[in-house]
Amino acid sequence: MVAVNILTTKGLTKNYGGIKANTDIDFELQRGKVTALIGPNGAGKSTFVGMLCGRFPATRGEVFFEGQNISSLPAHKRIQLGIAYTFQITSVYSGLTLLENVAIAARRRLGKDFASVTEKVDSVLAQVGLSDRAYQIAGDLSYGHQRVLEIAMGLAQDPRLFILDEPTQGLAETEIDDFVKLIKSLAGETTILLIEHNMDVVMRTADQITVLEFGKTLASGTPDEIHRNEAVQAAYLGTAADA
Amino acid sequence: MVNAHRSYILHISIIGMLAAMFFILPAYHVGNLSRIMVLAVYAMGFNVLFGYTGLLSLGHALFFATGMYGLGMAMNTFNIAAEPAMLIGGICAFLVSAVIGFLALRTSGVAFMIVTLMFAQAGYLTILYFGAYTRGDEGFVIPQADRMIAGIDITGETARYFSALFLFSVVFLLIMYLVRSPFGHTIVAIRENEERTRMLGYDTVRHKLAAVIISGTISGIAGAAYALLFGYAGATFATVQYSIFPLLWVLLGGAGTTLGPIIGTIFMFYLIDLSSTVTQAYMLIAGVVLVLLTLFAPQGLAGELRRRVFKWLP
Repeated sequence: MVAVNILTTKGLTKNYGGIKANTDIDFELQRGKVTALIGPNGAGKSTFVGMLCGRFPATRGEVFFEGQNISSLPAHKRIQLGIAYTFQITSVYSGLTLLENVAIAARRRLGKDFASVTEKVDSVLAQVGLSDRAYQIAGDLSYGHQRVLEIAMGLAQDPRLFILDEPTQGLAETEIDDFVKLIKSLAGETTILLIEHNMDVVMRTADQITVLEFGKTLASGTPDEIHRNEAVQAAYLGTAADA
Repeated sequence: MVNAHRSYILHISIIGMLAAMFFILPAYHVGNLSRIMVLAVYAMGFNVLFGYTGLLSLGHALFFATGMYGLGMAMNTFNIAAEPAMLIGGICAFLVSAVIGFLALRTSGVAFMIVTLMFAQAGYLTILYFGAYTRGDEGFVIPQADRMIAGIDITGETARYFSALFLFSVVFLLIMYLVRSPFGHTIVAIRENEERTRMLGYDTVRHKLAAVIISGTISGIAGAAYALLFGYAGATFATVQYSIFPLLWVLLGGAGTTLGPIIGTIFMFYLIDLSSTVTQAYMLIAGVVLVLLTLFAPQGLAGELRRRVFKWLP
């Protein structure tokens, strides 16, 4: 039987000097669902997912992926297990073509098999609607397209868990609609963890929501539960959802 | 894969052109070109690390000198024949670059430059310190009688030119293959955005170490070949100057291009050669040309060609 949770954390904590970015976070991520991680600026969302994928070492606490304790694995090993991560601040290879950007992401798994790399790159670029720009230099793209490329590089890895750090930041309305469609098309086979400020996107995509505040879990549940939660309303939704 | 074919044709024709030069050029230039080809091998080794991986080492003279002394001392002190001595030179450079890479890669950026520079200085001082064996600054001559490969005396102009061309061709084609391989693409990815590459699941530290070792070993083989073909090993080749030379050659020719090293080495060699016939202050002329090139062709000659005309250049 396959476990319900693809990833769990126990007492995950990060201190930057005296600043407590994350304190004792126990978190469960359900397989095949879209989970949104929300919270005010500085709540520690990026730090938290950074510790999941190994980008930042945790001060203490443990991370389990598919039942395996991955707390001591370096970032590249965790990614190799099937975790993909997209950066909050766009981080593409700005000097290379889109094609090569996505190929680098695909090649790690597919290696020397040139045919399947090419095939993967083509299908991913088509999926996100960037096929006609394949030979452009990534740095010449508009900001929105670079964000989409960032997502394409995640997709090219065929992740089991896809962590997206504020993917819709700076996207236009139509691009956001496309993004929501894309996420919905992935749901089911891929587990998605989404950090998101845009409450509309959260409500349209998320099956589960976890709210962080001051580096701690404030609440977890379905969108309805979170919507009704008074503590959450006081901390966050009260202003953002009505806006 | 039209670009791959173009690239093969280009590389093979450059080797062909260099072979033809032997019959066309007067003896003086043939001698120069033998030297340039060996030095270009050194530059190609440097380019793997600097041009493709984006790591600037200021201590490559250490690898060049390691290969040179590995071969030189094997032949002179232990009376080993040229072929195994060549292998020993390569192995020494391999080991030294593995150790230096392991230590220096704990740093990055400016610190990496300084650490490699310091290691090279330490290497230079070590050569001087053990002057009894290395003959220090004065160096030693490898006797002409010993300089034979497979029964061919390589001290003659013809044999020397074609030995140099052989070595150059092997490394030239090897690097063309390397930069098209997944490994080549990955080190370029590290150069462009290391954190991104790490977060795509690549072990960047291991790739960088491999790049240092490949780069250092090629540089060492160039050093060994230089000693063998020109019959001399000396501490001068371990000085900072010899760490800076490959940087200049590669920058001028075009960092991160397969053609850059040979173009840059030819250019710089003749720039100094020609300007020194005009004035004693030849380094001044060389300096001005360097400044102009950096201003107007910051990507080097081959880099500029790639940008303007041949976008497919590897």
